[in-house]
Amino acid sequence: MQHTQRFEGGALVIALAGDVDLEQSPKAREILLAGLEQGIDILVEMSGVTYIDSSGVASLVEAFQLAKQKGRSFALVSVNPAALRVLQLARLDKVFVIHETLPESTDGAG
Amino acid sequence: MAETPGEELLTFRIPARSDRLGEMRAAVRSCVEACGCSETSTADIVLAVDEACQNIIRHAYKGDPNGVIELEIHREGADLVFCLHDGAPAIDPSTVKPRDLDDVRPGGLGTYFIRKVMDRMEFRPSPRGAGNLLTMVKRIE
Repeated sequence: MQHTQRFEGGALVIALAGDVDLEQSPKAREILLAGLEQGIDILVEMSGVTYIDSSGVASLVEAFQLAKQKGRSFALVSVNPAALRVLQLARLDKVFVIHETLPESTDGAG
Repeated sequence: MAETPGEELLTFRIPARSDRLGEMRAAVRSCVEACGCSETSTADIVLAVDEACQNIIRHAYKGDPNGVIELEIHREGADLVFCLHDGAPAIDPSTVKPRDLDDVRPGGLGTYFIRKVMDRMEFRPSPRGAGNLLTMVKRIE
């Protein structure tokens, strides 16, 4: 799994790519939680996530719930169809805020 | 379910380690695609088999990297039959159950995905005399 980070529109955009599986999901979790420590809104760009399993989904859920506790927004962007399918199976496509493209700002983004 | 059903398509063994699951997924994908499954069905099957392997790694072998996972894929008519063998201590099948999806929390989705994807599944002590056998069946579509 690869990742990049950048600040854009008042949010930290974390782009994940590759397989977010049992081996890589601890790294994804660490990246997402470290991002939340910066105290700003998080957008997870997922166009490059070609595979995600329950452990990867768990990392997203944990970060989402922590963001909520901290009063920050946490949304997914450009979710690869393969990853979206897994979120749909778990009915989490109704829980996460999912944008097709990066919003211009994170005000009310989720 | 039959002990050794249908035409054998694949036998694949990996150590019970998370860094080997990518190879398992690739093997399953190739086999299932070759049987004519759709892209969506193939992806779903790969996910289900991967989740089952994760359960073996985490819960059956409890992280012991010396364990072995053996997958057999058979074709029985219009069905694909996936048999996952492990050599871990036998697990009580009644403890293998999915969680409620309305309880949104990290973890616990693996068994749910398996049941959602597969048409039938059966978990029991292995007929080989040691370990467990998980059999999953999916119609080719």
